[in-house]
Amino acid sequence: MANLLRSLIGPRVPEEELRTHRVRYLTPTFIFMIARVLLLVSIFFPYWHMELEAPQYPNGLFLTAYVNHLTGDVREIDGLNHYIGMRPLGEAAAFERTASVWMIIAMFLLVEGAAFIHSKWAVLLAIPAITFPGGFLADLSYWMRTFGLNLDPSAPLSSSVKPFVPTVIGEGGIGQFRTFAELGTGYWLAVACAGLTILGFYFHRRAYRPLALRMAQTGGERIG
Amino acid sequence: MAALLLAAGATLACIAPDANGQETRRRRGGAEAAKPVELTPEQVAQFTKIANDRKLNVDDLLAAAKTYMPSGRHDDYVLFSSGGQSGQVFAIGVPSMRLLRSIAVFTPESWQGYGFAGMEDPVLKGLEINGRPVNWGDTHHPALSETNGDYDGQFLFIGDKANARVGVIDLRDWETKQVVKNPLTVSDHGAAFVTPNTDYVIEGGQYATVLGYGYAPPEEYKKSYRGMVTMWKFDRTKGRIDVANSFALELPPYWQDLADAGKAVSDGFFFINSFNSEMATGGIESGKPPFEAGASKRDMDYLHIIDWKKAEAAFRAGKAKEINGFPVIMLDTSIADGILYFAPEPKSPHGVDVTPNGQYMVVAGKLDPHVTVYSIDRIKAAIAGKKFSGSDDYGVQVLDFDAVKEAQVELGLGPLHTQFDDKGYAYTSLFLDSAVARWSLGGDYAKLHQEQPWKLVHKTSVQYNIGHLCAAEGDTVSPDGNHLISMSKWSVDRFLTTGPLLPQNFQLLDIVQPGTTMPVLYDAPIGVGEPHYCQMIKADKLNSWKVYPEIGWNPHTQQLDPNAPKKGEEGVTRNGNKVLVKMTAVRSHFLPEHVEVNQGDEVTWRIVAAESAQDATHGFCIGGYNINLSLEPGEYTEFRFIADRAGTYPFYCTEFCSALHLEMMGYLHVKPQTKTASAGPSN
Repeated sequence: MANLLRSLIGPRVPEEELRTHRVRYLTPTFIFMIARVLLLVSIFFPYWHMELEAPQYPNGLFLTAYVNHLTGDVREIDGLNHYIGMRPLGEAAAFERTASVWMIIAMFLLVEGAAFIHSKWAVLLAIPAITFPGGFLADLSYWMRTFGLNLDPSAPLSSSVKPFVPTVIGEGGIGQFRTFAELGTGYWLAVACAGLTILGFYFHRRAYRPLALRMAQTGGERIG
Repeated sequence: MAALLLAAGATLACIAPDANGQETRRRRGGAEAAKPVELTPEQVAQFTKIANDRKLNVDDLLAAAKTYMPSGRHDDYVLFSSGGQSGQVFAIGVPSMRLLRSIAVFTPESWQGYGFAGMEDPVLKGLEINGRPVNWGDTHHPALSETNGDYDGQFLFIGDKANARVGVIDLRDWETKQVVKNPLTVSDHGAAFVTPNTDYVIEGGQYATVLGYGYAPPEEYKKSYRGMVTMWKFDRTKGRIDVANSFALELPPYWQDLADAGKAVSDGFFFINSFNSEMATGGIESGKPPFEAGASKRDMDYLHIIDWKKAEAAFRAGKAKEINGFPVIMLDTSIADGILYFAPEPKSPHGVDVTPNGQYMVVAGKLDPHVTVYSIDRIKAAIAGKKFSGSDDYGVQVLDFDAVKEAQVELGLGPLHTQFDDKGYAYTSLFLDSAVARWSLGGDYAKLHQEQPWKLVHKTSVQYNIGHLCAAEGDTVSPDGNHLISMSKWSVDRFLTTGPLLPQNFQLLDIVQPGTTMPVLYDAPIGVGEPHYCQMIKADKLNSWKVYPEIGWNPHTQQLDPNAPKKGEEGVTRNGNKVLVKMTAVRSHFLPEHVEVNQGDEVTWRIVAAESAQDATHGFCIGGYNINLSLEPGEYTEFRFIADRAGTYPFYCTEFCSALHLEMMGYLHVKPQTKTASAGPSN
């Protein structure tokens, strides 16, 4: 059991080794730290924007999605959406919006944990942070699709506007509206976090893998 | 986050407001950014052809270029004009002269839902005088609120000559918030004018009566009739006139006319001129001289010089006497405390206007071809040096004319009102000459222009019978000097004939060039009342709301109303024969759509426009019950009525709010009372 645990958390770095190759061991820790801070900061930045344009809205309508809330002309867009039978935006991704901040904090802690685990299994702790941007997009697409395809057939304009798949990124259109959607700063911070986490692993393995191999040669059983 | 959303809502189009030229991230709407114009020979030929086809000369083309506003471009100035007998205020864009909107003040107006909110409508209650509905006004003089003598764009005051009332308009939502009735006098004239920081709104009277709605026969005119001026204290924080801290001054029964507050060096004073110091009482039917002759006999009338800071001190010291429940500083107090002095002025004059620096008071002669200019330095010195030429019948000291007079400038026939620019010129309307006179100021102003001081420079003919005139910010401490409006009373042949009742003619003059260049650029017909005075404010000083700040906003209180129904609270509840309807209005439905009451029920109806998009206004009317509301985005309204007529009453949205506007309706079912029913509501 103790061996299993030791093999999971990986080799500890001897004092002298750390002193002589400080940069080698601190680099992954440092990169992980930046990565998880970026992820945390992304909470405060928009992940996704959409602008809607129509003749009677010369200044456009705007929608901005953060991981945990939606701002902009939500009321107006909901009001317009009711004509085609789309459910209010507030009903979309309710669980995701509630859980997202906790999820990000969890990912933050997991990546932090990954810095202390020196075995290859540390990657498991970082998988959520690495896959988060992709997951966000997939979730966004899922909800857009679900909302767009499930229009209330008894809505006022149901006969003229058929169910459709809204455009998640780029230019789309419905009725007299043109829509322009793009990813926001928060999303790119999450992408940066994922990228840095991967980069961190490169240095992580470069630091600890030889250590693990060396310890295996000298100390018998390979750990990490 | 999932979002899409779209909106086919307005697919069929809804009302499309003008593209207003603001740039969105990806698209430019409305006006393109101006590029320098260079006309090709082909374009010159095109212009020439159009001009010749339409019989336009070069001046016309220049005038068009100076006034034309391309689609989506905003005017530089807003003209707030009295609406005369319409009882309203008009807002007009300058230089395009396009009517932007009217603001109902003293007259119920159905588009704005002003006075059509059932019984005990606060608007109609506010218009009652002595318990009687008085549902019109003769709006005369608008006054924009000022800070340090300059327009601040926050409030607009307007006087009702016919009924001696002052309306207060909040320029955040352009709605009338308060109407105060003067308890002393039946009608007035010198309202509204503000002191330089809007501490007080001045309401000068006109036709003398027995103050406080009293009675005396005309034989007792001199003994019992009195004039007055009221100082309405304005509470800027509340946006209301503070009646409890307002007071009036008793004045002799000369007919006080226009007023203007001193500023800068003359701050603390205000000035009113008068006519009928003859105290004529008319009686043409008995062979006596009519008012028009009797009131014009003397060569001189009295410019009233009032030290309002001393008057305020006297009021605070408890020296006022109550008349009809309103504090009045009596003449003897005004004389004893040095509050009131007269200066002679020729002859039955009309306007008194203070120059931007506060130094000079310009009195326009009306029946005298001059403007007479007084200086505050001379006035102060004459008061201090007791340079009096006598006193009037009531003991008011009359300052020596030559001691206070700075200059007299002969302009022409019928000078009425004066405005100012930034180049040291004054502009005076000449009613009988039908002209605007440009003349040069002296003193510190002489260095701003090339003219001899105190001289007529130029007259431009206007069409016709000009009353007031208005230059851009031309009665403030810093006039802009670029536009002037001639408020011509007669239009005669200027427009297509509109039957025997003709529009007035607002004429735009270009006053940018000095000297003798001052062309008329544009005629704008005003076919909704005879305006008197107007003021022109730079448009960027106005901070108007685009929509109400929150959904459930009560414009009467200017705050969120706790009674405003929220989403999910809609419904109809009954308590005895009282029915409460809570309703929301959002494109394109009312909720609820069926309201069932019994004949005789007292219905209280609370309705909120749950909208936040600019221009997404709803209306709400119940046919046959004289109810129509304007529900601007976010607005909350409550109204009450007795459902005394049985039947099925459609209610509907009276603004074309959306593609499904016609579907935005519902039914009020008033179930007939049956004689045999005992369980039903008794009535």
